[in-house]
Amino acid sequence: MSTTIERQWTTRLRKRATGKLPPEKALPDTQPAYVASWIYVFGVATIASFVMVILSGFILALRGPQWWHVSSVGHFVNSLHLWSVEILFFSMVIHLWGKFFMAAWRGGRTMTWMTGVVTFLVSIATAFTGYASQTNFDSQWITTQAKDGINATGAGSFFNVLNLGQMLMWHIVLLPLVAVLLTAVHVVLVRLKGVVPPFDDKTGAAK
Amino acid sequence: MSKKGFRPDVDAPEYKGHYAPYDIIKEGTIAIAVVAILVLFLSILFGSPDEPSVTVKSWANADPIDFATTAINEMNGSSITASYGAPYNTNGSGQALGPLKLAQWTGVTIPVDPVKDFVLDPLASVPNDSDLKAALAMWRGASASQQTTWVTNYTNADPKMTFSNGIISVPATNVGPLPKMINELTEMARSGALDQALITGKGGYYTTDYTKPLLFIADSGYLPNLAQNQHLLGSQWGMMNETNSYPGQAWLWLYTFWYQVSPFSSSANADVQVWAVMMLLSVLLLLVPVIPGLRAIPRKVKIYRLIWREHYRNS
Repeated sequence: MSTTIERQWTTRLRKRATGKLPPEKALPDTQPAYVASWIYVFGVATIASFVMVILSGFILALRGPQWWHVSSVGHFVNSLHLWSVEILFFSMVIHLWGKFFMAAWRGGRTMTWMTGVVTFLVSIATAFTGYASQTNFDSQWITTQAKDGINATGAGSFFNVLNLGQMLMWHIVLLPLVAVLLTAVHVVLVRLKGVVPPFDDKTGAAK
Repeated sequence: MSKKGFRPDVDAPEYKGHYAPYDIIKEGTIAIAVVAILVLFLSILFGSPDEPSVTVKSWANADPIDFATTAINEMNGSSITASYGAPYNTNGSGQALGPLKLAQWTGVTIPVDPVKDFVLDPLASVPNDSDLKAALAMWRGASASQQTTWVTNYTNADPKMTFSNGIISVPATNVGPLPKMINELTEMARSGALDQALITGKGGYYTTDYTKPLLFIADSGYLPNLAQNQHLLGSQWGMMNETNSYPGQAWLWLYTFWYQVSPFSSSANADVQVWAVMMLLSVLLLLVPVIPGLRAIPRKVKIYRLIWREHYRNS
């Protein structure tokens, strides 16, 4: 019986997950003393603003894509969405450059770096489809200009920026799903590997 | 890790120092609260822009001559859409990246025939206008060379086009049914009927696809003029700008930067070239950890000493 349980996929997955990421590592109550700089704030600020982007997006989705044009409340929620996005990118770019100058890929953290970069690129695409879905002059101009760039690569055949329905679906379903998954993987990798230690002067690494 | 095999840009030293208390849940909660307050503050203070969309109706009423000129440009093949190529039609070669004609690789997948879709089909949907029906019959019954002669004569005269009492006029002869057709199309546009004809022209009530009306409006001189007033043109770094001086997509600064400098600023293939440059830079950014020269930059520029200054002071 116990052998049967031990060989279950579920048991194996749980053991593997808790072995790699035990609770005290997933939700730590201490951290290395070198994690003491303002630059670390921008990682958590990126996640916090991402939460705000999703919450404000949820509210906009409740009443549909045209609501914010005809309602002062809707317009205000759109403002919350816009400024959340601006803070998201501001935080994310500083986080990215901070991690670059810390060489945060060291010590087996290459995948942490790569998932971060891909999340950044996916966020750009998500923001673009949002601008394309505004249903106002801005979205008209942005899409009619962007079509040339996308058509020049051949991608315009299946990614038609002039198709509002397609852009809206990408913006509120497909790309957010990818962004959330990538962010989750990125955060889990950070917890798995921990925060990269400083260069060690004694080994000559900092010379 | 032995010191001998230690690669400073790949390996991390083992940390044996002090650990400080850290409340990750409290930190996350405070971060969300602070960002929420900041977002609220910015939203109350600045709001967000919302310039109304341009309709074919608003365009044709604001500038009927520009509308009529654009319509004849669709017919003479000189408009952007009429000479575009893939994915809309085969009237242009599209852009190429050296020998790679990427724009053509999937062919015509979103067919747009400007003469048929923007002019003839909408006019054919007008009911109870025998003169218009006769004009369309005359057009369809004419040979291609005859049609070309009419369009050329009309196009040559369109700099002298006038709009008075709701009528578009051009001082031209041997133009066949074109004056009637262009005038009716302008009237249709000014009434708003052309918006609907372009949106639901292929049948069906519901749609979310605005490809055809957007292409038609984008062929105008009207839309770029509005965009220029909002500093949104490519030459104005418009890709990262937003209407009414809002921050916009500032993160696209590097993408739009390339359009401002040679050779891209004067290249007929700028879109695909800039895309290729950005793809290359994105891949380089992704692969920084495995590219020897690049991954050594942080260690050499030593900005990390500023970031971890407390650690180095205490160690």
